[in-house]
Amino acid sequence: MVAAGSAVADDVLLKRPAADLLGARPLPPGLHPPSSLGDPRMPEVEPQEVERPGRSEQEIVFSLANLGVTYGKSLALTGVTMDIYKHQITAIIGPSGCGKSTLIRCLNRMNDLIPGAAVTGSAFYHGEDLYGPRVDPVVVRRHIGMVFQRPNPFPKSIYDNVAFGPRINGFKGDLDELVERCLRQAALWDEVKNSLRKSALALSGGQQQRLCIARAIAVEPDVILMDEPASALDPISTTKIEDLMQELKEHYSIVIVTHNMQQAARMSDKTAFLYTEVDQGTSERWGILVEYDATGVMFTKPCDKRTEDYISGRFG
Amino acid sequence: MNGIDAAIPVAGESTLNRWTDERVASGRRWRNRLMAGFMGAALAVSVSVVGLILLYVVKAGLGAMSWEFLTQPPPYSYRLEGGGFVNGLIGTAIMLVFATVVSAPMGVMAAVYLAEYGGKGTLAKLIRFFSDVMTGVPSVFVGLFVYTALVTSFGFGASMGAIALTIIMLPIIIRSSEEMLRLVPRDLKDASHALGASKSQTIVRVVLPSAAPGISTGVMLAVARAAGETAPLILTILGAQAIVTKLWDEAIAALPLQIFDGARNPFAAGVERAWAGALELVVIVLAFTLLARLLASRSRI
Amino acid sequence: MLAGLLVLLFLAGMVFSTTRTALPIFREAGLSFFTSTDWQPTAGHYGALAFIYGTVVTSAIALVVGVPLSLGVALFLTEISPRRIRGPLTYLVDLLAMVPSVVYGLWGILFLLPHFLQPVAVFLNRYLGFIPFFRGPVSGLSYFGAGIVLAVMIIPIVSSLSREVFSAVPVEDRHAAYALGATRWEMIRGAVLSRGRAGVVGAVMLGMGRAFGETIAVALLIGSRPEVSVSFLQPGYSMAAVIANTFQEANGSGIAALVAIGVVLFVITIIVNMVARALVWRFVR
Repeated sequence: MVAAGSAVADDVLLKRPAADLLGARPLPPGLHPPSSLGDPRMPEVEPQEVERPGRSEQEIVFSLANLGVTYGKSLALTGVTMDIYKHQITAIIGPSGCGKSTLIRCLNRMNDLIPGAAVTGSAFYHGEDLYGPRVDPVVVRRHIGMVFQRPNPFPKSIYDNVAFGPRINGFKGDLDELVERCLRQAALWDEVKNSLRKSALALSGGQQQRLCIARAIAVEPDVILMDEPASALDPISTTKIEDLMQELKEHYSIVIVTHNMQQAARMSDKTAFLYTEVDQGTSERWGILVEYDATGVMFTKPCDKRTEDYISGRFG
Repeated sequence: MNGIDAAIPVAGESTLNRWTDERVASGRRWRNRLMAGFMGAALAVSVSVVGLILLYVVKAGLGAMSWEFLTQPPPYSYRLEGGGFVNGLIGTAIMLVFATVVSAPMGVMAAVYLAEYGGKGTLAKLIRFFSDVMTGVPSVFVGLFVYTALVTSFGFGASMGAIALTIIMLPIIIRSSEEMLRLVPRDLKDASHALGASKSQTIVRVVLPSAAPGISTGVMLAVARAAGETAPLILTILGAQAIVTKLWDEAIAALPLQIFDGARNPFAAGVERAWAGALELVVIVLAFTLLARLLASRSRI
Repeated sequence: MLAGLLVLLFLAGMVFSTTRTALPIFREAGLSFFTSTDWQPTAGHYGALAFIYGTVVTSAIALVVGVPLSLGVALFLTEISPRRIRGPLTYLVDLLAMVPSVVYGLWGILFLLPHFLQPVAVFLNRYLGFIPFFRGPVSGLSYFGAGIVLAVMIIPIVSSLSREVFSAVPVEDRHAAYALGATRWEMIRGAVLSRGRAGVVGAVMLGMGRAFGETIAVALLIGSRPEVSVSFLQPGYSMAAVIANTFQEANGSGIAALVAIGVVLFVITIIVNMVARALVWRFVR
């Protein structure tokens, strides 16, 4: 059904102003200086001390080069090269089965948890190889939080849900204050402040999802990944989540997977379009990155025919 | 430290800490490993207990095993050497055959009711719940029940033991058969109904045959369980030294019972026979278990 | 097709016929059945406290030792072991359930007792003897010995049910914990154990029911002394064991008294089982 071969995709990628997209290339993994004069027991608050300077507009958080994922023997995603910038919302769109979730799960090494999954190519986070030999995925996930498609609060109280991350990370300080701050940031405080000890499962779906966001920011991450966070919610809850994301953007870099085009157009600064390629012979299918640009450009004058079809098809 | 960082020429990164240097707090890492170690150790303990039991039973059992053991009844005293448990083997075989012949059809019928007719009704729920509860009734109590209800009127005997074993096997067969019947795909039943078959015809000709291997698996497991039961037999067949084949009103021997008696009495010859008997019993139980697995692997629903 | 009713019929029959036999004993002994340790059925003394105590103590030991082991096994099999060796390992652990209890008893008394139970009992007494539970004199046949063998016997049932419960915990919960930077153990504690708590309690209670009712292995290992002693290292008796051990020599009121013990045992186990089933059912279905 889809005639376009991978040659076309390569072509498209080449046509884009590559230097602009890729930015400064990080060091190849082999060239890291033997660094660990830095005290490994430095307190974990360090990341917050980082300034957030105004020029962050162009600061790169993730730099992916030719990233691919295979599950066992089958290819799920291949050839993704893109940079993700600080304090921006980066949306990943595309039809279902095109590897959006697979891609976002590479960014905090959640794919490690799936037996048989293997990542190829490179993914750099603040200039360091996410898949480097010295990297502990547990540390990665503390810096890079995630919110899932279906709200998945733990079967504990609202308070304990938010406090879970800080507690395991040995948070010393005013836990009550932290919980309140996170719930406020997640725009949930006013609704739950009188029932903090009640089970989180008693909340509505939208509230649960905002609780999951509060839970994610309670470990004070640098990036929040959101895997279709509103797809299981009603329109009102969706709006609330979207408003919330605009506020969170001030403090965090956000990567969001969505199949809702309007949502991507409304909220994101940059948009990446993934698409499914099919091998005519074996009918195996895998995802590729077709186009990646500023959201305004993507939705008004996309370079690729497939992007245009997809976007206009959905807009009707 | 800043100096070191600054020396790394990564564009646009100079203000950032090197997150790769961050480590999970050693206490957390340590606890993680400790707990994983504990889980591994728990498994190792369990598996080695299995190994130790089988090893020891085989070792001690083979030492005491002989042709005589397999073919002769025991001598009249635990002190005396020689002889065997053939009367117990016969008793166990008789009771298992009878218990299976009674409990298997009854259990399957009950399972058919639960899976095909009862559905989510209150009665079905009640039966299901109490079958589960009944698997937890202490087997010694089943023996007491048969004793008070029947043995007091009819006397000890193989039939009484068989009834006790039936009661123990029944709930196991009901529950496992029901699971199997539920696995029969809807399409198959629909196809049969579409050909004009009645519900009972469908069950007899389509559902039961396709669930048969799975049901036999459950039956075999129940037999394996019943073969090793000892406590209820004390109260229903009492035990005997000679070969008995009468079904009614005469105490009879059973393999597990003889092992129990051998283990209870501190005479070397009796203990020897108990080990050989244990080997015999374990081989029987494992044979049924393996048979069950074999049937299960054949079953393709 | 209403063969299923038979189960209910059997249960009702059990309750009726045993209670009928036991009733005169309860009537005669009254409350002393539960408070006295004087057990001489031929003389009309029916104090069953020592047996009840023994059942409770051995089961408690079995749970304290067996439950952590079972949960460790279940967690290892669901959370840690590579998929390839999971099947064979599970099969090996389940083999524990297939070993007849009389074989456990024989093995316990002739192998475990000299090679493990006796040395451990001596060790406990030497270093922890100041605690009343481990006071001497040390006997190999004891609450402790019976409890340890029971612990092994409940491993297959508790671990297989908890395994079911743990595998029913949704993968989203696990990922949520991992995404917050949890280590595997923190994930297990936060997501798996807290979600599965009710189911695990049910599994443990089923193990407890099994331990209460276990007869033959306990009869061989507990030492058969109808007294109450605080020390776990001394011989005692249990409800099921006394029925199995003395039935063949009993007659008349002696048998009725044993039936009475059986009724008490039945009532306890049935309650434990019903609560446990309800808990496990609610979780797995």
